[in-house]
Amino acid sequence: MNSRPTATSPSQLWFKRRVLPGFGLTLGFTLIYLSLIVLIPLSSAFLKASGLGWGAFFRAVSTPRVLAAYNVSFGTALLAAAINVVFGSIVAWTLVRYRFPGKRTLDAAVDLPFALPTAVAGISLATLYGPNGWLGGPILALTGIKVAYTQLGILVALIFVGLPFVVRTVQPVLEDLDLEFEEAAASLGASRIQTIFRVVGPELYASIATGFALAFARAVGEYGSVVFIAGNMPMKTEIVPLLILIKLEQYDYRGATAIAVIMLVISFLLLLVINALQRWSNASRIR
Amino acid sequence: MPVESANNRSLGFSVITNVQIIEGRARPPKGRPAIRDSLGIRLGLILVAILFLAVFVLVPLIVVFTEALKKGLGVYFASLTEPAALSAIELTLFVAAIAVPANLFFGVAAAWAIAKFDFPGKSLLITLIDLPFAVSPVIAGLIYILIFGAQGWLGPFLQEHDIKIVFAVPGIVLATIFVTFPFVARELIPLMQAQGSEEEQAALSLGASGWQTFWRVTLPNVRWGLLYGVLLCNARAMGEFGAVSVVSGHIRGLTNTIPLHVEILYNEYKFSAAFAVASLLALLSLVTLLIKSIATWNVSASAQLREPSTGK
Repeated sequence: MNSRPTATSPSQLWFKRRVLPGFGLTLGFTLIYLSLIVLIPLSSAFLKASGLGWGAFFRAVSTPRVLAAYNVSFGTALLAAAINVVFGSIVAWTLVRYRFPGKRTLDAAVDLPFALPTAVAGISLATLYGPNGWLGGPILALTGIKVAYTQLGILVALIFVGLPFVVRTVQPVLEDLDLEFEEAAASLGASRIQTIFRVVGPELYASIATGFALAFARAVGEYGSVVFIAGNMPMKTEIVPLLILIKLEQYDYRGATAIAVIMLVISFLLLLVINALQRWSNASRIR
Repeated sequence: MPVESANNRSLGFSVITNVQIIEGRARPPKGRPAIRDSLGIRLGLILVAILFLAVFVLVPLIVVFTEALKKGLGVYFASLTEPAALSAIELTLFVAAIAVPANLFFGVAAAWAIAKFDFPGKSLLITLIDLPFAVSPVIAGLIYILIFGAQGWLGPFLQEHDIKIVFAVPGIVLATIFVTFPFVARELIPLMQAQGSEEEQAALSLGASGWQTFWRVTLPNVRWGLLYGVLLCNARAMGEFGAVSVVSGHIRGLTNTIPLHVEILYNEYKFSAAFAVASLLALLSLVTLLIKSIATWNVSASAQLREPSTGK
């Protein structure tokens, strides 16, 4: 740390830094631990991929089977996130605005996908939505649609893992919202629908977009809850994380790494988008 | 508004802080007829919300227990006490006993540095701490194989010295630490930022040492958030599947954790046994959520008690 009084930082900052102990120690430990556990291991994937050369890298990530897997993963993850936006917003709205019996249980249930291990969710969803399951059976009998072991099954699993994100980003914003704006709109003659879409809606867009991006990011990389219900047919119901695992088991480390690097780059970009969205969401909340 | 910016950056886990900041402002609009939705709309939306959560969350949870008990309590307990299950439970406890304290220690250190001090690159550091949330668990396993595997950077060295990391317990521990890396830090940072450092400065100026200040002032203030962070970290550590699946090598009785044991049983069509073992993890997650609900209730109750005096 430098000892000269900095001109840029407010004097109060400087005061804080001097008074509280442990800055060097905790930041140093944080940086070392972060590097050893996260940054150096992650960079090994990029190093390995850079050893492939562009031609080999491009060939590894553009085979029909890999492209099909990207298609399945991104398509179902997008759809699942979109479904979570619709129903997640409804859940958030009912939890904030209405009183009804069982509300606390419902509120707690929203967090279950965070806490329930993915493999447990996976076997349970596969059983429930399988041809003999409580839900899969009737759906098959009534509509002839198979849920488990199709892309629909993947969608169900991804809705499950992404479910908490939209609810938990929209809920606090909704709770913070001043009811007076809605009353003012109503007293000025707006219908309830107009009020919802013109007054409440714009306040929620940023948090809904954040929830969508979080649910999507989580769904793209999801493995445990999907493999049991997906059926895992190459070209049809094979997701990217599974394909990486299959390549590893065939000792095709280069292929696995190339696919993983594409996924990592997309994850980083998503993280940046999410950060930007959250800044937007904060800006609209502080206003 | 550092409170809200910190709070909103989290990847959806900092539920406790959300509640604390809200302080019960927007009550259900009782007695505000202008913005009261009609009974039909209310009932309809509540029904949609309940059905959605039932179909995707509650019924799957119930299925775990009904399937586990389908063949009776005898089969249930037999599945939990067979040697392979016991060794999986033992390994899972062992892994969590290393991964959770490691990430707890890291989380507290990171939160102290980030919440109590200002330094350049702080927001980048917070983003980097979030990274493991954004990385697919399978990739988390892969990167350790690229380093420690036979073909990896350190492979030849490790083979020479007869050290096994991947396809052995150390690899499982490392992969688990990676995937549970952000939990405690992400829970603590917004809480500690919201609390500022005035109380710590007061303690120090009254002659307390740095450690005393931390133990007596900082820690009691964040205890519920810390507890929830640790519990979530623990639930994820014990339940991690993808990353562990990649690095474990699936050696039965040696490198099988509870989720991997569940997978093997399920793939062998021993469904009752698979669900019986899975029900242990489901119970763990239920306890986690229960304590979280209690914590949230405590925090929001104390926030409401404080509200009039702080004039917020």
